[in-house]
Order: sequence, then C-alpha cells, then structure tokens
Amino acid sequence: MTQQARDLSRRRLMFGGAALGAGALLTACTSNDASAPEGQTKVADASAAAPGKPVTIGFSAPAADHGWLAAITTNAKAQAGLYSDVTFKTVEAGADAPAQLAALRTLIAQKPDVIVLLPHDGKELNAFGLEAMKAGIPVVNLDRAFPDALAYRLQIKGDNYGMGVSAGKYIGEQMKAKNIANPIIGEIPGIDSLELTSERSAGFKAELATFGFSVARRIPAEFTADTGRVAASQLLQALPKIDAVWNHDDDQGIGVLAAITQANRSEFIMVGGAGSKAAIDAIAADNSVLKATVTYSPSMASSAITLARLIGQGKGMSDLVELQVPKEITLTSETITKENASTYAKLGF
Amino acid sequence: MSDATATAVAESPQHGGATPPAKGGRWRGDLGESITRNLGLLGVLALLIIIGAVTQPDLYGDSSWVWSNVLSILQLASVVGVVTVGMTFVIIGGGIDLSAGAIVALAGVWATTVATQSYGAAGMIFTAIIVGTIVGLVNGVLISYGRLVPFIATLAMLVAARGLAAQISGKQTQVSANTFINGIAANKFLGIPILVYIFAGVVIVGWVLLNRTTFGRRTVAVGGNPEAARLAGINVKWHSLLLYALSGLCCGIAAIMLTAQANSAQAAMGNLYELDAIAAAIIGGTLLSGGRGTIIGSVLGVIIFATITNLFAINGLPVEIQNMVKGGIIVAAVLIQQFRFKSVTQFFARNKVTTT
Repeated sequence: MTQQARDLSRRRLMFGGAALGAGALLTACTSNDASAPEGQTKVADASAAAPGKPVTIGFSAPAADHGWLAAITTNAKAQAGLYSDVTFKTVEAGADAPAQLAALRTLIAQKPDVIVLLPHDGKELNAFGLEAMKAGIPVVNLDRAFPDALAYRLQIKGDNYGMGVSAGKYIGEQMKAKNIANPIIGEIPGIDSLELTSERSAGFKAELATFGFSVARRIPAEFTADTGRVAASQLLQALPKIDAVWNHDDDQGIGVLAAITQANRSEFIMVGGAGSKAAIDAIAADNSVLKATVTYSPSMASSAITLARLIGQGKGMSDLVELQVPKEITLTSETITKENASTYAKLGF
Repeated sequence: MSDATATAVAESPQHGGATPPAKGGRWRGDLGESITRNLGLLGVLALLIIIGAVTQPDLYGDSSWVWSNVLSILQLASVVGVVTVGMTFVIIGGGIDLSAGAIVALAGVWATTVATQSYGAAGMIFTAIIVGTIVGLVNGVLISYGRLVPFIATLAMLVAARGLAAQISGKQTQVSANTFINGIAANKFLGIPILVYIFAGVVIVGWVLLNRTTFGRRTVAVGGNPEAARLAGINVKWHSLLLYALSGLCCGIAAIMLTAQANSAQAAMGNLYELDAIAAAIIGGTLLSGGRGTIIGSVLGVIIFATITNLFAINGLPVEIQNMVKGGIIVAAVLIQQFRFKSVTQFFARNKVTTT
C-alpha cells in the first residue's frame, strides 16, 4: 500500500467518523459517494478454497478427558480431511505443559509448514511459540493465548470474558423480568487456576454489577461431570434458596444437572457454557432448570486449520480485503435459548 | 496429669493393652472397641460440626437443613468410602493400590458403553463389578506371582487403566440413559438416599470380613509379618491376590455409584480417589506398613474429609485452603498416631508401673 493510499484511507475514516457524529444522512452520503482506492475493497472470491501448494499442518492439543477438548481434536482432523492439499500430523499433548513441550519438539523435527496448537497453558508454552516462530514455522495458537506477541502468527480463541458477560446479561435480564430485586446467584466455574476461568468469572461479575447484582457463592469444579456434580451438590447445600446459577461448562453441566435433580431443586434458572449437544437438546426440551447456554464453540479448531492452511499457502481470507490472514481472531459468545436452539443444534458437540 | 488419669488411659483399650489379644491379631476388636479407639477422630468430627454451627448459625438453626446436610455429606463420602474399604484391606495386608481411581474410571466407562447400556441396569452393574474385579486380579497376579512391587504394579495399572478408559469412551463423556442406574443416586428409601445404604452395606460387609472371619485374621497376619504368616500355613501369595481383587471389586461398586451420581462416566472420573482413600485409611489409624487398621477408622477418615469439603463450600472458602487443611490433617493424624502408639504407650506403661 502506498503512503498516499494509506493517508487517503485514514482521512476517509476520520471524515466518516465525524459524519457519523453529525448525522446519519451525511454519513450515508460520504460512505456511498467516496470511491475507495484500488486494493482497499474487494468482493469475496472462491480462490482460497481451491487446491494449492501442499501444506503440512502439525497439530497438538491436550489429551482430551472432556467433550469440548475431544471435539477440538475431532474437528481439526475432520477439517484437515476436507482439503486435498493438507497433510495433518497430530501429536497428543500428554498430561501437562512439559509433556506437551516434549511432544511438540518431536513435531518440529518433522518440519511441518504450520503448527496449530492448543496449549495446556499459553504462558507455559510461550517459549515454544517463540522457538518455532524463530525456526520459521508459523504458529497458530488455538484458544489459550500466548502472552508474547512474537510467539504466534495467529491467535484464534473464544471470548472468555464475553462468555461471562453473555451469561450475566441473560441472568440479569431474567431476574429483572421476574422482578427479583436481590437475586441469590451461584456460580460453578471450571478449573480455577486457568486464566480463562478468571476471565469468564470477571466478565460475569462485571455484567451482573451493571444490574446491581453479585455472586453469592462460587464453587469451582474441574470441567468434568464428576467434579461438577460434587461442586453443585455443595452449592445447593450452601444456598437453601437460589435464583440463578451459571455453570461455565456444559460437560461438567451433566453432573451439575444430575446433582440438581438428586437434590430435588428447581426454584432457579441455570445458564450453561460452551454449547454441547446435550445442553442444546435440554434447552430446546425446556424440561429442566437449564434455560440457556452461552457459546464457546470448538468449531474454532476447524477455523484454525483452515487459516493455518491459508497461512501455509500465503493466501488471505477471501472475504477480507487483506492479502494475509489477520493476527488475532476472537469469536463472539452467543446465547442459546429455547427460541434459537434449532439454529445452533448443528454446532453442538 | 494425675496418676489416676494416667492409669485410666493406660487401661483403656486404646493401644490394645486392656484387650486380650484375639487369635490371629490383637487388633481384631469389636465395634465398641473400634469406636473407643477412634475417639480422637470423633472429636475432630465434633469440632468440625461446631465450627459449622458457629460460622453458619442460620443454616444450622434449621433442623431440616441440618438433616439434608448430613445426607449430603454422607453422599459425598459414599463413593470414596467404598473405595476406601477395599483400600483398607489392601493396606492392612501390607500392600497399596494406586490404581483404585483409574479402576473406577475404567469400570464406569465400560458400564456406560452403548453395548453394555443396551443390556440394561443389571448388565451395567455386572459389567462394572466384573471389570473392577478383573483389573484387581491382574494387579494381584502381577504383585503375587510376577513379584512386582505393589507400588510399581498398581502405578502401571493407574496409567494403563485410564488409557483404556479413554480409548473405550472415545474421550467423550458417556451419558447414562438408564433410569434405574441414575435412580440409585436420585432415589431415597425411608428418607435416606440409596447410595448411603450401599455405602453402609459395603462398610458392614467389610467390617465383618475383617473382624469376624478367617479371611480378616489372615489379612492382618499377612500384613503384619508375611514370613510368620507363611510358616503358619497361610498361602500368602494367594491371599494378597485376593486382597487386590477385593479392592478392584469395591472400585467396581464405586464406579456404578459415581455413574449414578453424575448420570455419566468419563475417563477422568474418580481422579485421585486412590489418594483420598489412602489418606482416609491413614487418618483412620491404618498402618501404611500393614498389619493394623480398622474399617470404622477409615470410614471416619472419609467422613471427616467430606465434612471439611462441605464446611468450606458452605462458608464460601476457596478450595486451595481446603486442600491445605486436608494436608495438615493427614500429617497431624499420623503424628498423633506415632505419638500414641510409641511414646504414649511407653510413657503410660512406665507410669502404670509406678502407680500400681
């Protein structure tokens, strides 16, 4: 892009912004009339999907003990299978960060074109990202962000904070609609030592605060049905009356719902997290306390493979104007309720 | 301390002094003796209940809530409790079973596979128990006849069984669609959850087995002194093998209970249950080197852990501190036991000489 073109575009943006402030009519005029310099606009073409240079994608995700993680690996593999020009090499990450690091080193030795990786913890594997990038292998970080911007070519992740906000918003609105002034709200997060958990809780807390509400009790589980059951039974015991519960994860939600049924409690509404098939079905059926779930879809793994392929081939995303894949992509967290459950059913895992 | 108190303590059956050594082992006591010996644990439990009542007077003031909380604690303790009964036998017999949690996962996952679920509740229960027992038998064979150290053999099984569980479940949470199985956790009989009856049943059978049968006497003998046991005509290898099978059997029962509670099974279920069970047994006075231990003590250990978890949840305290407290209790329990069984015995034995 020439200096002149850049200046032009900036000026156009500034003008557009000013016009927006002045009035809608004026904005319409400016945006319609101004013709953009060449290369600043385009209509999507199909060239990105056409077979191109062969790309080997190395993939690593923690050993799945959980539906969401299992779906991540399954999706990645399936998406890679859709491209005739992609060779997919997967190494399992083992039980912890050092084990994943060891597995990734064997992957580097196989010289893939791109590495897609869901780290146990982004902070712990940041050094690996730096190392691989230095060795000329672009790294696509899936979901658990690296703190160092030099450690990755692309980061694609769910919106953890936004997930908390969506859950808080739904609960807040429901409480307002029911005219409950001081609702008793419980929270069952997942593994508490993960940054994503604190982001989710922070978003939840902040959004609830806008309604003047707060969390009465928060008992963490470990993302499994078994631990969710224990946490929920303790939460129910601690709070004899509850108005709403946010459970961060639909897989652990199986256990949470079991505990709620066993305790014979139904005076509250529950919101889930992630968007599992079982949760979407339960919301559609509308026969339990689960009334909504906020998405954190493992479909991001499929997108990560698609983008890794484009990075390997030096292509951009055909709907974007940019010639290359952007550096950061954060999905939005949507709220699935009885009304829109059918739309999301196909994304359930 | 007055002489009178010292005498009273010395003559109490706490360290076996006042109880005539029974055939096959001096720790083969009756229920009353078990309770006396576990007075310390009952004291800890009472203390925890008082702490609960002081910190949450509103909740503890409501008798229906207190009753539901007692049931909640018992339900929380039930699954680990069943694993602990099996573990207590293995430890008294001089071994250790690190694979218990993994066996729970494997048995649970196997019982919830589509193939097994299609045979109904009986099929699922049978599968879980058989799978648990077989894995226990494999442990036993490796240890008794393969001459592997129990620590190594069961550690290997821990890894292998979880691996197999992950393979069978396709790394997914397998939802149990069986209403009878799910009902084991959801239903009550005379106001008490079915799970608590199962827990109580296993405890009673375990207590009778340890205290009232040849099998129990042999377990104590094998753990206390394997060579002496062998010379006394006990088939030590065969007996150890049975102990691991028994532990596996308990894990199979626990797997069904856990599946019922969570309405599902997955490869990560029962995570670290082996450590909870070992900790509970040790708190309950079971000697890690074998030859001594009680079922009642182990059960109290499990209930104390469950009460702590409950207490922390009710007060909204973080899990990290809860784990620190649990760690502290394990250390304190072992220290107290060492003190009780060595120093105190000697101290009071000396005092007893001077006062009588």
